[in-house]
Amino acid sequence: MINLEWVKDYIDLTDEDLEKLAVKITEAGINIEKVITNSIPNLVIGKVISCVDHPDSDHLHVCKVDIGSEVLNIVCGAPNVRTGLKVIVAKVGAILPGDFEIKKSKIRGVESCGMICALYELGLEEKNEETYAKGIHELSDDAPIGKDPLTFLGLTDTLYELDIHKHRNNDCYYHLGFAYEIAAILNRKVTLPDLTFKENLPSVEDMLTLTVATKKCPYYSARIVTDVEIGESPDFIKKRLNSVGIRSINNVVDISNYVMLEFGQPLHFFDKDKLGTNILVRDAKDKEEIITLDGKKRLLSEDDIVITDGVKPVCIAGVMGGENTEVTPDTKTILIESAIFDPVSIRYTASKLNLKSEASIRYAKGLNYEYTELALQRACHLLEKYAHAKVLTGEKVYDKIDKTPKVVTFKQEEINKMLGINISLEDMKIELGRLDFPFTLDNDTFTVTIPNRRLDVDPNVNDIAEEIGRLYGYQNLVSTLPIAPTKKGGYAKDVLLRKNVSKRLRSLGLNETKTYTLVSKEMASMFNYDNKRGKELPNPMSQDKSVLRTTLIPSLLNIYNYNKARHVEDIMLYEISKVYDIEYNEEIKVAVLMKGRYLSNLVTTDVKVDFYLIKGIFENLLDYLGFKNRYHLEPCKLPDVHPYIGAKIFLDKDMVGIIGKVDPSVNSDDIYILELSLTKLMKSSKPLKYKEASKYPAVSKDIAFIVPKDMTSKEIETVIKKAGGRLLSEIKVFDVYTGEHVSKDEKSIAYNLVFQNNERTLTDEEVMEIFNNIVTKVTTTLNVKLRDK
Amino acid sequence: MNVLALQALKKEINKDFDNVKDLKTLDELRVKYLSKKGIITELNSKIKEIPNEEKKDYGMKVNEVRSYFNDKYDSLKTTLEKEALEMKLAQEKIDLTLPSVKFKTGSPNILEKLIEEVEELLISMGYDVLDGPEVEEDKYNFEMLNLPKGHPARDAQDTFYLENEELLLRSQTSPVQVRAMLAKKGKEPIRMICPGKTYRRDDDDATHSHQFMQIEGLVVDKNISLSDLKGTIDLIVKRLFGNDTITRFRPSYYPFTEPSVEVDISCFKCKGEGCNICKNTGFITVAGAGIVHPHVLEMAGYDPKEWTGFAFGFGADRLAMLKYGINDVRVFYNTDLRETKDFDRVEE
Repeated sequence: MINLEWVKDYIDLTDEDLEKLAVKITEAGINIEKVITNSIPNLVIGKVISCVDHPDSDHLHVCKVDIGSEVLNIVCGAPNVRTGLKVIVAKVGAILPGDFEIKKSKIRGVESCGMICALYELGLEEKNEETYAKGIHELSDDAPIGKDPLTFLGLTDTLYELDIHKHRNNDCYYHLGFAYEIAAILNRKVTLPDLTFKENLPSVEDMLTLTVATKKCPYYSARIVTDVEIGESPDFIKKRLNSVGIRSINNVVDISNYVMLEFGQPLHFFDKDKLGTNILVRDAKDKEEIITLDGKKRLLSEDDIVITDGVKPVCIAGVMGGENTEVTPDTKTILIESAIFDPVSIRYTASKLNLKSEASIRYAKGLNYEYTELALQRACHLLEKYAHAKVLTGEKVYDKIDKTPKVVTFKQEEINKMLGINISLEDMKIELGRLDFPFTLDNDTFTVTIPNRRLDVDPNVNDIAEEIGRLYGYQNLVSTLPIAPTKKGGYAKDVLLRKNVSKRLRSLGLNETKTYTLVSKEMASMFNYDNKRGKELPNPMSQDKSVLRTTLIPSLLNIYNYNKARHVEDIMLYEISKVYDIEYNEEIKVAVLMKGRYLSNLVTTDVKVDFYLIKGIFENLLDYLGFKNRYHLEPCKLPDVHPYIGAKIFLDKDMVGIIGKVDPSVNSDDIYILELSLTKLMKSSKPLKYKEASKYPAVSKDIAFIVPKDMTSKEIETVIKKAGGRLLSEIKVFDVYTGEHVSKDEKSIAYNLVFQNNERTLTDEEVMEIFNNIVTKVTTTLNVKLRDK
Repeated sequence: MNVLALQALKKEINKDFDNVKDLKTLDELRVKYLSKKGIITELNSKIKEIPNEEKKDYGMKVNEVRSYFNDKYDSLKTTLEKEALEMKLAQEKIDLTLPSVKFKTGSPNILEKLIEEVEELLISMGYDVLDGPEVEEDKYNFEMLNLPKGHPARDAQDTFYLENEELLLRSQTSPVQVRAMLAKKGKEPIRMICPGKTYRRDDDDATHSHQFMQIEGLVVDKNISLSDLKGTIDLIVKRLFGNDTITRFRPSYYPFTEPSVEVDISCFKCKGEGCNICKNTGFITVAGAGIVHPHVLEMAGYDPKEWTGFAFGFGADRLAMLKYGINDVRVFYNTDLRETKDFDRVEE
């Protein structure tokens, strides 16, 4: 939150339309989410001229309030309302936060024409126990009756709510840094605030030793002030802190916050008398303890940094002070710390102890050492002025900051090539000037020094191109396309397989789904046909998303149930996704789920999904991928699959998936599933070639056998194929019969056999010879009977 | 046969034809007159008994009768056959408004449909479509993207870590870009996109999802500029949201790009007038992008003095929500067939 009245201390914004300025700033890269101007119509300052108890209540008061133009009768429940008090009155018609409109009403029989308000009721303070207990807001005696109370309180200042990306927080989440940004945009100059103060003896040198014994503190400075009078802050400090959401505590605490919001540099104040004469900054010891300002005992470790009095910790550096050196109302002498700590360490400690604060966030983003110095001076100035402090002579400094300036040299052309536009040398000079980046120019070569306040800008061409580009305006970019030799684009092999499978499955009527990779333990334990375990997340967000799945079938069953519950009857689904086992082996899988009518019509007959239908889907898919005649099924028992309707799928000799019906104990609906490993299907197929159809007629013959019920067609076909030789071009089952014409444990199975020769017409004798050979081989090898015609 | 007999016969023929009702009775006439024992056949065979000098005249008369009959027969046969066919077809009449055979249509997942549109466009411009692991190394997901351990931008990306701080579920698809650059060993130009799943520790609600999809792209070549990025993004958003879509760049920050921009497009609904979709700003943010940071190029083996590149990243979920007017991201991950069935169609 940036208060623009505050910013005006450092840059002239007279006559600037702050709404329009916000747009310009946003266009230049600092995103202003909201421009806030607190203004509530129908609020006035009033004076309570009489206050009596409500006749029908033990806590309500009936007040007469003079608001200048008239005297209002208002019922008020606040304990602190009294005659003579100046108050904020919301008149009838005022709309308070939460769309609460003030209306004329009767409260327990007494007419009330308005409301006397607390700040939290106006949305200007947080509502909590403390603000609630304070009751209505008491205005000072000089408040002008009938005027706008928010103007009087200085709460009408325009505020910008920022949403800036992390790197700019450094220089834009404090008012001076923000002023520099505005200065660049408007091409104006920034004036620093007053840093002057008078030094008094004795010297700090004689009162304090400073030792830094950790690499995580590159800069530590301290000054001492005495004779501090702790009391209320001046109005402007209170108002400004209040406007950006920081509560006023007392002048000393407020000044430390105020300086932080000016320079971005957090300060820490120690009670010098409690601290003693030594400061030692070091890494904390393992299991070292400290009681922090909030009264809680904190257990530290070697990763944390502590400020100590030479022996015991007095502050967790950058995170929170210790109770033992806390500034209290009796404090007279203060040691002001202005330091830089290792950002990563501070972020780690703050999040470990759950102590993120305005200060720790700032330390964690990194700080500009120039402002670390200035902030210390500014604090002395303000303490001298507003807490009657005497600043002692001198300053203790530990300084291991690398002060090598960030310098970058580049040609005008390099910037223009990167942006793809033509900015003139003159314009580039103007932009660098607006940024307040010192530079020299030699022909077309710039040498630029990046100011320390811009921690986010690195000395390279890209960073400078960004700074110049954003001020020059990205609306000036043109739309071009990269110029490069023409090249064919395409899908990588694994992606292409995915796309092809998707294309065919969609055309076969299956709907693509996308489900979560993370599943519950229960889901992860289902359909575990390839004996793979899923990796359990070490730190899951919830139980239902705690394991990396190894199969997609349970997820498809969830989608099935979801749709079934919504009365969708015919459910055809597929999903393609990567899965990982416990060793993080990756596999791309495709799963198919089918249930219901594959084709449906009111009048003609429906085609329902059964095993042979999903088998057809699988065969069609594999044929499409070029694997015709290379796959087969091996019926077997699989977890969560119907014990007699389930098989492993093999391509060549590798198991590539499963097919079957969902076990009725898992789901009693007639659901059929298929899952294939696309990773295992990433094999080469024969190149596509034209094959001429035979010019010679084919001979078709039917044959039927009586076989045991358990015998598979595949067993019979294998024998037929072998006996038929190369002239047998096709075998088709056309009838399977069980019933009264065969015995109970037998079935009849009938085949249509097609014989063909691509070179000549087959003779009847030839065909009969092969046919008889088939009959003989099948009946003898398999010990089955030929069925009589 | 005299003239009278001839006329009488014609009269009889006429009478007979008048009584014909259908092809069957017509055929009976053929039998009556033209079969072996038919009237006209008999007349013809009698020619032997006719004196020679009358034979010619007799023959002509019989032929006249025969033609007379045949003409009548043929014409009536044609008529009757037509009628019979018409009757047969009339019986085949069906109610054409009864329902059709319902082919089960296979719809794409909505996100995939959108991704395929972008892929199609970019493949035609010479981009490759790549994929990479979803279980990723910290090195590729963060470190080589200029996000060293301890970088503040890592906090926000709240990541699903799997093994210590080394292995994770990728929080962005950018590691695929790193892998692509490493594969080319700093020697060849790159044009690629890598649409895919990503994971972050967000609680699922209407606008957040712990699993979501990104469409990221990378071009590395000599002389790639921010204006090239703008032109490329311009094409993508025009393809998705129409030719009158305007692209706007705003300065932004990402650790892996510098300069970085946020991409806004003119609101496709109100055309910049201001509406609830663009929150009255006329513009909608759809992507983050920028010039590849020199550190990132360098770490991946490309000399930043020689090579430049741009990268962009769209949230597929957000694009699809905007494009199709969907206001709950969970729609994409919980296929409701009643909702997705309409997505099995082509679009302009």
